[in-house]
Parts: sequence; structure tokens; C-alpha cells
Amino acid sequence: MEHTASNTRRIAIDPVSRVEGHGKITLLLDADNHVQEARLHIVEFRGFEKFIQGRPYTEVPYFVQRLCGICPVSHHLAAAKAVDQIVGVDELTPTATKLRRLIHFGQVLQSHALHFFHLSSPDFLFGFGSNLAHRNIVGVLEDYPDIGLKGVKLRKYGQQVIAAIAGKRIHGAAAIPGGMNKALSDDERKALLVDIADIIRWSQDAVTLNETIHLQHPENHAFATLSTNYLGMVGAQGELELYHGGLRARRADGSDIFDQFDYRDYGSAIREEVRNWSYMKFPYLTAIGKDNGWYRVGPLARVNLCDSIPTPLAEAARVRFRAFAGGAYVHDTLAFHWARMIEMLHCAEAIQELLNDPDITGTDLVVTGAKRAQGIGVIEAPRGTLFHHYQVNEQGLIEKANLIVSTTSNNQAMNESVRSVANQYLDGHEITEGLLNHLEVAVRAYDPCLSCATHALGKMPLQVEVVSATGEVLNRVSKNMDGVVECAL
Amino acid sequence: MSNTLFIDGQEIPFAPGQTIMDASLEAGIYIPHLCHKPGLTPHGSCKLCTVEVDGRSVSACTLPAAAGMKVDNNTPALQEVRKTLVQMLFVEGNHLCPTCSKTGDCTLQALGYHFGMLDGHFPPFYPRREVDASHPDLVLDRDRCVLCELCVRASREQDGKNVFAISGRGASAHIIVNTSSGKLGDSDLTLDDAAAHICPVGAILPKNHGCEVPFGRRTFDLHSVAESDVAHVGLQKTEHHDE
Ligand code: SF4
Ligand code: FES
Ligand code: NI
Repeated sequence: MEHTASNTRRIAIDPVSRVEGHGKITLLLDADNHVQEARLHIVEFRGFEKFIQGRPYTEVPYFVQRLCGICPVSHHLAAAKAVDQIVGVDELTPTATKLRRLIHFGQVLQSHALHFFHLSSPDFLFGFGSNLAHRNIVGVLEDYPDIGLKGVKLRKYGQQVIAAIAGKRIHGAAAIPGGMNKALSDDERKALLVDIADIIRWSQDAVTLNETIHLQHPENHAFATLSTNYLGMVGAQGELELYHGGLRARRADGSDIFDQFDYRDYGSAIREEVRNWSYMKFPYLTAIGKDNGWYRVGPLARVNLCDSIPTPLAEAARVRFRAFAGGAYVHDTLAFHWARMIEMLHCAEAIQELLNDPDITGTDLVVTGAKRAQGIGVIEAPRGTLFHHYQVNEQGLIEKANLIVSTTSNNQAMNESVRSVANQYLDGHEITEGLLNHLEVAVRAYDPCLSCATHALGKMPLQVEVVSATGEVLNRVSKNMDGVVECAL
Repeated sequence: MSNTLFIDGQEIPFAPGQTIMDASLEAGIYIPHLCHKPGLTPHGSCKLCTVEVDGRSVSACTLPAAAGMKVDNNTPALQEVRKTLVQMLFVEGNHLCPTCSKTGDCTLQALGYHFGMLDGHFPPFYPRREVDASHPDLVLDRDRCVLCELCVRASREQDGKNVFAISGRGASAHIIVNTSSGKLGDSDLTLDDAAAHICPVGAILPKNHGCEVPFGRRTFDLHSVAESDVAHVGLQKTEHHDE
């Protein structure tokens, strides 16, 4: 059992269901039973940085794919960008760049589709408090076959794009030092074009669905909502950019912290704080400082931060999104879902554009350069900005690795959102099913990839404990796999 | 008496001095093997070529063929033994196929698939062995060495050098480099040596290369390990012989 300050009580929820990986929530109560602090415990695979030490740098892009069952391509590409720098390559051939963008859009599309349709849509279609046994993708397919099937097909399409480039749906190999290992054949290109019009249309439907849900549920607007700083990548014109660009950080009111920042200097802009109760670090913007420098990343951050989206349908959706907050930033935590679908639409449109680009089937795939001692690769992964940093010795072996994964960047924000929701729904020591459900919905909005190693799609057993300061269990509630709630005491 | 023997009942010829392995390879019959390569002195260490002759287990790569010999090769019991041997090789080293640029081109991995191996079965040893990256063009990753001595023999017999040796016994056996520093970078091994390319696993690999041969076009995507004389595509895209 964890030791806490003497006059606080502890509620533990373990694990959070339907979040990728495994997490646990502890609510620290003060004497008046107000939630003083919320701690989302996350099992993060930090062993990686140690493990990779002494290994040849060439292995890194393949190794990092094992970090996550959902976003292996994101890790692969971030590491590959770092390795490009190690081999002295600052710019790939146009074809290699476009293939990397294409596979990245495929990855983001499939990840976003998975998150909304499989993990989150049940909450919105059936209500946060509805029967758990039915509140899942199977229930969606039964009651809303149209929506459910589109979700399944969108995800499949994203995987198809990935497979065409990497040779496999997951854990393939596409990027090599300074480029890509395989050209896209014209047959493969044509095969991907067959369904693209549907994919774009269904993505549009998904945007409309999320927009409607958010607009028609004013009670959702303040739910878990936080006014925060945001961090994300933008293109040279300030447009939404997921693969390569400068970093932009802005305050909640939209004022600049930095813009077009070269991510190779990330070490001066972002620091990571270690807290004794968590394996996961707490990054903050150096310019703002440790206390208030935390920020949010991911779809909400990106759609807020960018000045435009370079594809027309997604841009129109972005304009509506921003109009919702009267042109200011949208801070609603549940609007993450809306922003996520806007990005999915952008990916679908961008995939179509790339497939019609003559460069995409080019065969000039690799460039070489002169070795350097380190590489820093950053991309916008589905869940937010992802940093991979490697230092190598003169023999090409990794000396030091540092990763900041998107979920880590959202760490503080998730804790704050949990605290806000817990204060709203916690009634004494009583752990109601309503509280459980609402905490889950709050965490899930961020689409955390908790272990970046496990991939748990189904329902997980959920346990909540109210523990007094002296360690006595005052109350314990378990939610088993079938959603049956039992009171254990 | 004619110079023939029987492999699983099939009569095949052999030349004087040939081993069971030599004869069967020539006849196009696959006897699993890892430490054997035609043209190099047989070594008989991996035991994957274990066959039964008159009920006795013998290594096909070292036992001379004899007239009228009756050899059991492709039996369920022997395949099970071989699968177990492959599993043991996997757990003795650190064989993380998905992170290894030899994946798809690795004989050990191909044997695993060939025997329907789904896991290591035994608890992994996770040995800590030294990576030697001192050579400008090659990396020696002892984590993956299966002690087949193919590199040792290729260096001596084909390259006319003496770059590698096995040192230690049993669990502490490991591949060493015959230089006073023990470093590959101080040896006279060059990228075009046979020893630089013969490793059946990813223990000796060219430096600065990722998975350059795309999935679907790697050696064992296109070929079965049971085909005789599979020409490995290596890591270089340009070396792909099927394109
Ligand atoms: S380095 Fe390769 S070829 Fe040499 S003994 Fe080890 S596994 Fe065999
Ligand atoms: S091939 Fe005969 S013992 Fe290895
Ligand atoms: Ni992940």
C-alpha cells in the first residue's frame, strides 16, 4: 500500500478499463472528503531507454515498434527521423518523404478510428452511465450497425495503407537510414484509391457525428475541462502538420510561448519533472516553469494551435470547431473527440492527395550523408507530439536514449481532469458506478496509451477502494468483466 | 553392392566419402541443418541434423554414408526433437527477431517456422554478451551467436584467414576474435570475406544498414528453408536475386 500524507484518504481504481494498457487512479481526499489530488498511475515502459543502450542505432526504428501495439508506426517514424540525422541526412528524396507521410496518415487514421469507434463511441451513443455489458463496440454494431461498420472499415483502411508500405499491418519495416526500403507500385496505389472516396465520406460523417454530439450536449462542455497551454507541430505557414515541422506552444488565451521552434533544441524548451509516486515523468515548458508549464498535446492541441488545415473538408470542419468557442481556443476536454475526427478527415484527404501525386510511385528512395553523434526525431503521433532522441558513440552504438511519449505530455492534464470530475461525482466515500464511468470517460478523452506495450481493447475488471489514512478499507467496489458491480464489503 | 542408401525409404546414391547430409542434399532431400554448409568441413555441433540409423541417433552431417544404410529423417519424433533444439537455441541467446535486421533472412528463425515453433517453451536465459562494433563495416553481436562455427571455418577454409574462434565451454562458450585486443576492428576481416556473410543468424551483420529488403521479398518470404541451396538475399536491396 502506498503511503500518503497523514490526513488524506485514498481511493484506488485499478485498472481503468478500455484505455490502452493498464492504469490505476488514486484519489487523495482531504478531511472534508474533497479530492485534493488525483493521481493517474501509469505503467510506462521506461526500461526501453536502458535496454537500447549499447545496441546498434540501426535497430532502433524496429525495436521501438514493440513499444506500442496501437501506434508502432509512430514510434518507427520518430526513431527513423532521428536515425536519418545520425546518418547525416536532413532531407529525404521527395518519394521517401511522401511515402513516410502516407504511412503516417494511415497510422493516424487507423488509430483515431479505433479510438473513437471502438473505445469512445459507446459512451456517447449509449450514455456514460449505461449498461456496461452493452456499452462497447459489439453493442454499437448491434444498435448502430451503420456507425459501427464504418468504424471497422476506416480502421481497416488505415491498416491497408500501412501494409502497402511496410509489408505488414503491424510491425512491418518501412523506414531505413536515410529513406525507405520499398517503392509503392502502381497497382498498390490504385488498390488504395478504390475506397478512398468512401473513407473521406465516412470520416466526414464521423466529424458531423462528433460535432453534433458536442453541440447538443452543453453539459459535456465543462466536463473535465481545463484551460491549459498547448504544444504541437505546425508547418511553415502555421498549418496543421503531423510529420515534419516546427513546434508551436501557446497559452490558453492563444498567446505565443514559442513558434516555429526547431525540435532538435527540445531540451531547452521542455524539461521533465520526476515525482516520487509515478514512473511517468511530468514534462513542462521551461519558459513558463514547473508549476504552470504543463501543457496538453494531441488532437485538441493541434486543431487549436494550427492556423489552417491544408485539406479543404478538414479545414471547413476546423473553422466550425473554432467558431464554437467564438474563435478562441476550445478547451473542452470532450472536444478532443471532435478534434480527433477532424484530423481523421484530414488524414483521409491527405492520403487521397498523396496517392494522386506522381512522386508517390517513384523509386528514388535513399540518400546518404556523413555520420553524426546524435539524432532527434519528432512527429505528431495520434496522441500528440512524440520525441525520440538518441546519442551514438563513434562505433554506432547507442549511448543514450530519451523518449517523451505523447501520453507523458498529457500526464498532468489527465490528473487535473480526473480531479475535476472526481470532485463533481464523488459523494463521501461512496464509489458509485457513475463515478467510475465518468472518471473513465475523462481519461479516455485523452486516448492515453498507458503502457505503450499492452493493447487491451476489451473491458477490464475495475476496482475501487476507499482507504482511510490508517490503511483501513472503508469501501471497495469491483466491476467485473461482464459489467456486474459487486460490493465487496 | 551399389553405393546407395535409404532416407525414409527412398533410395538415393552416394559417392565414396560423402556423408548422409551430402548425399541427401545432392538428392534434393532436406535434412534440417544449421551448422552445416556444403564446402566447409562438417562440424556436428547443432544436432539439428539428427537422424536415426538402425535406431541410433546420429548426426547426418558427420556420419559417412554407407551402402544399404536405412536412415529415418522426417519422422514426427525427430521433428519434435529438432523443434526442441531450436527452442533451446532461441532461449540461450537474445533472439529478438523483430528488432534484428537479419529477420526474414535468418536460418534460425526460418527453422523455428519450419518446425511450427510458437514460443521459446523454455525460460529465456537473457545472457549479457558483448557487442563488438569496433570494425568499420561489420558488427559482431554475440547475443545472437549460436556457436555454429560457420564463420570460424569460412575464415580459415575459404578466406585463408583465422579471424574467429570459440572460447569457453558449455554455457560460457562464446565467439572470440583472434586479435590481441580481441576486437573485430583489429582483425583482418573485410566486408568481402566469406566469413563476413556466412553467419546464419544476425550475429555478424554489415554495419549501418536497416531492414533494406522489404517484407515479402526477403529470403524466407520467398523460399522454404527446406529448399536446397537457397541463395540468401543478404541485407542489400541490390543483391536481391529474384528481382
Ligand atoms: S557468429 Fe554467426 S557464424 Fe559465427 S559461430 Fe556465431 S552464429 Fe555461427
Ligand atoms: S547440421 Fe549437423 S550438427 Fe549441425
Ligand atoms: Ni502507443
